[in-house]
Amino acid sequence: MLVSVYRYNPETDDAPYMQDIHIDIPGGKDIMVLDLLQLLKEKDPSMTFRRSCREGVCGSDGMNMNGKNGLACITALSQVVEKDKLVLRPLPGLPVIRDLVVDMTQFYKQYEKVKPFLINDTPPPAIERLQTPEDRAELDGLYECILCACCSTACPSFWWNPDKFIGPSGLLQAYRFLADTRDTARDERLSELDDPFSVFRCHGIMNCVNVCPKGLNPTKAIGKIRNMLLQRAT
Amino acid sequence: MVTSITSFGRSGLYDWMMQRVTAVVLMAYTLFMIGYLLFSSDLSYASWSSLFQNTAMRIFTLLAILSLVAHAWIGLWSVSTDYIKKTSIRFAFQSVCGLLAFIYVVWGIQILWGV
Repeated sequence: MLVSVYRYNPETDDAPYMQDIHIDIPGGKDIMVLDLLQLLKEKDPSMTFRRSCREGVCGSDGMNMNGKNGLACITALSQVVEKDKLVLRPLPGLPVIRDLVVDMTQFYKQYEKVKPFLINDTPPPAIERLQTPEDRAELDGLYECILCACCSTACPSFWWNPDKFIGPSGLLQAYRFLADTRDTARDERLSELDDPFSVFRCHGIMNCVNVCPKGLNPTKAIGKIRNMLLQRAT
Repeated sequence: MVTSITSFGRSGLYDWMMQRVTAVVLMAYTLFMIGYLLFSSDLSYASWSSLFQNTAMRIFTLLAILSLVAHAWIGLWSVSTDYIKKTSIRFAFQSVCGLLAFIYVVWGIQILWGV
């Protein structure tokens, strides 16, 4: 099969380019894209990408495969290869450090803005802050986010305003703490979000939902933040 | 919090709500107009002129014009802050939009009450 990989080494290349590589998959098996990258790296050790857990938990190997963001380690070739061709590019919209490795600073800055930790100014109980099973269930579909950045880098609103729009990933996390009954900073959190960019740059494009490797729904979480803001203000 | 002095109501929530409220007004006006044009038995200058001499129609039309201007401002402000990165060009674009909106409101009132 033909693999076309985005290559860029700022120390030696003037500009990024696409490298076409023909490769035979051993035994014709259906392997994961990450396995394919490993094969390519054996051929050319300068091929650079991030990877760690190789099972869709760490979120390191988010990349753009035939036009769609996803995790290379849990995406099988049979899911993405079209006409025996695979185009691999880094996550769109973020600065490229080298080959498939992007600079995630902007993404983490937005994550940091939503204060992704429990804030509770009441005295802590002796053992732990308890929740009812129903309250705990509110966090399902939110806490599973692994911060791979597949969603935010698929979002046109994040491409145009990565410094102002928090992005689907950060907003999913924002709602995770807004929905937590143990958190006492709901009002402050909402005040921080009530501007024309942080939340309201979401136009419901839903690319985030389309690409999330964990099957989460940031658009729905953003809608709930909007409703919270609306309820607070009316 | 990201601040902006050029957005319609400064608050994201306010802009978002206005965009939806004005959309409903515009939809009601459009449906009314389509209905009138389709089902009116007599489409003549006289009937059209008498329709707009009705105070309720003038209020409805003025509401639609103001809704259109607010809706267009919020929408075009979003488009300009997405696509026009250079502040001076963006501000110039927004100024032209604001001026046009004002002209259309005055012009619309003049037409409406000049019937």
